[in-house]
Amino acid sequence: MGEKVLMKGNEAIGEAAIRANCKCFFGYPITPQTELAAYMSRKMPKIGRVFLQAESEIAAINMVYGAAGSGVRSMTSSSSPGISLKSEGISYIAGAELPCVICNIVRGGPGLGSIQPAQSDYFMATKAGGHGDFSMPVLAPASIQEMVDLIQDAFDIADEYRTPCMIMGDGMLGQMMEPVEFKERKPKEPSKDSWAANGLNGRKTHNIINSLYLQSELLEEHNIKLQQKYAAIKEKEVRYELYKCDRENDLIIVAYGTTSRICKNVIKEAEKDGINLGLIRPITLWPFPFEAFEKTVNKTKHGYLSVEMSCGQMVYDVKLAANGRCPVDFYGRTGGMIPEPNDIYSKVKEIIGGAK
Amino acid sequence: MAVVFKKPDALLDVPTHYCPGCTHGIIHRLVAEVIDELGILDKTIGVAPVGCSVLAYNYFACDMFEAAHGRAPAVATGIKRSNPDKVVFTYQGDGDLAAIGTAEIVHAATRGEHITTIFVNNCIYGMTGGQMAPTTLPGQVTETTPYGRDTKLAGFPIRVSEMLSTLTGACYIERVSVDTVPNVIKAKKAIKKAFQAQLDGKGFSLIEVLSICPTNWGLSPKESFKWLRDNMIPYYELGVKKDTTDKEA
Amino acid sequence: MPKVTFREDRCKGCGNCIEVCPKKIISYSEKLNVKGYHPATVTDEKMKECIGCASCARMCPDVVITVEK
Repeated sequence: MGEKVLMKGNEAIGEAAIRANCKCFFGYPITPQTELAAYMSRKMPKIGRVFLQAESEIAAINMVYGAAGSGVRSMTSSSSPGISLKSEGISYIAGAELPCVICNIVRGGPGLGSIQPAQSDYFMATKAGGHGDFSMPVLAPASIQEMVDLIQDAFDIADEYRTPCMIMGDGMLGQMMEPVEFKERKPKEPSKDSWAANGLNGRKTHNIINSLYLQSELLEEHNIKLQQKYAAIKEKEVRYELYKCDRENDLIIVAYGTTSRICKNVIKEAEKDGINLGLIRPITLWPFPFEAFEKTVNKTKHGYLSVEMSCGQMVYDVKLAANGRCPVDFYGRTGGMIPEPNDIYSKVKEIIGGAK
Repeated sequence: MAVVFKKPDALLDVPTHYCPGCTHGIIHRLVAEVIDELGILDKTIGVAPVGCSVLAYNYFACDMFEAAHGRAPAVATGIKRSNPDKVVFTYQGDGDLAAIGTAEIVHAATRGEHITTIFVNNCIYGMTGGQMAPTTLPGQVTETTPYGRDTKLAGFPIRVSEMLSTLTGACYIERVSVDTVPNVIKAKKAIKKAFQAQLDGKGFSLIEVLSICPTNWGLSPKESFKWLRDNMIPYYELGVKKDTTDKEA
Repeated sequence: MPKVTFREDRCKGCGNCIEVCPKKIISYSEKLNVKGYHPATVTDEKMKECIGCASCARMCPDVVITVEK
């Protein structure tokens, strides 16, 4: 396209998915992502693609399993409680090695929670997408433009590695409007004929989409194969941003999504007071950008401060990354509350012992 | 001399894990015979359930999916919507379809999904060792109804075929049995009609097949067929419950 | 003359075929198959009475029986 359009986050996701050749969208209404389903319901039939409002989030993820297993680019989206419902389906998709994109526009939890933005699904996305030993790439945009670019990455990553891939935005990213440019970009779609169950069509042996391995030796073998896949993804697909980390910093903030934008404002304010702050902004939450910490651990006087819209989930990965070499602190708001720049700055000052 | 009966091509030449006398074997063969006769093996995709027939993906020669418990109709929906030229069927037991999967089968039927469901009803949960199913009859002893199903505590069995026949999207629903040779022949005709309804683009079709579970009923196959006739057929009446295949799709 | 062939290694001895044969010519073999079952069988003598109705094959859950006519 080349020109900029003003778009709501949820709708931009839909448009990006369409341009990434997403052929099927199966969804269910839940605040704050319903506009995505509505957008797809308008657009997909017009271009001969599939939109279906499923009877539940569980049905939707299983429809994705079916479409993806037959070799078709598919997607579903939901918000926190609905993503919990999808956990079993995501585990099946990972076990059967199917490519798909799952979008989580995170809201406050636990339980029915709130409809306001949150980042409290970090554990679920990066550590416990579903039962069993599996991991799933999780991409966390911080702007609608980035969301659009990462959706296309997500479909390509999913297809290349045969894995579910999650895009995790918070409710604010879903609801706000920003200018977006849809760059020309060819989707990378490898052939799926060797494994997809889309009808024999003259093939001599049938393809089976399955995650059941009743013999322990076979299941262990399968798990080792999955782990090798995840090792390759960890090696090649890490994404992060380093903001003002070239210099010696008093403290480095770690934040993603909407929170990272607020923290960038804090960093600008702090500079006026002569306080040097840097930011590590993970873009892939899994694989977690450990290398960003290797690059900065010796350049921060007071360690790292993880700022999240949760009670503290990513902070544990930050501690792992720091590996005891420097302090790691946490500041967060939860329940749908957005951290205020002043409050974050107060926490910074508390850690570094007052303004210089 | 000509061969008048042999293994259908749509069944792989492998032994099955089913118990001696288990009617899954007969029903699998009927579905495979229908696939052969309709000439659709190349474009058929089946979805196996969780239950005794979980390994059905190893027995049918067509491309197969293994689905999460109860979700086969949703998986089938995903397959068919993205591949409308293919023939898609689900094969499900009473736990898969009538307990955990009740929402999925109702919604697939009401959307008129162009898929065919083979519903195997044997009044019990076989794979997990004989617990109560939504189709277990009042008074029937199972592992979780050791004193017989008490309708005051555990309610009444679901007549799935009748229930789904109230949905406009369902175009062909029939209940059959495989307890006798004439019934096996009728069951095959019904299964063929259901697949034909899909080929003709008429909507959702389901064949409920009354079946036995000798192992968990604690009866021999011969005794089990008698139990089916004496107890199941009076409650689950055989016959066509819905047929709108002569109408425009 | 019609005849039936049994793949004895696949038979699980369920007895369905024995029950439904209208000519009552099927019986359990003396020997045990690889699974430890007595497979169903028709002796040469009894085969003469086979009418090729395929009732046995229809009730067999294990595709043991091929029918020729």
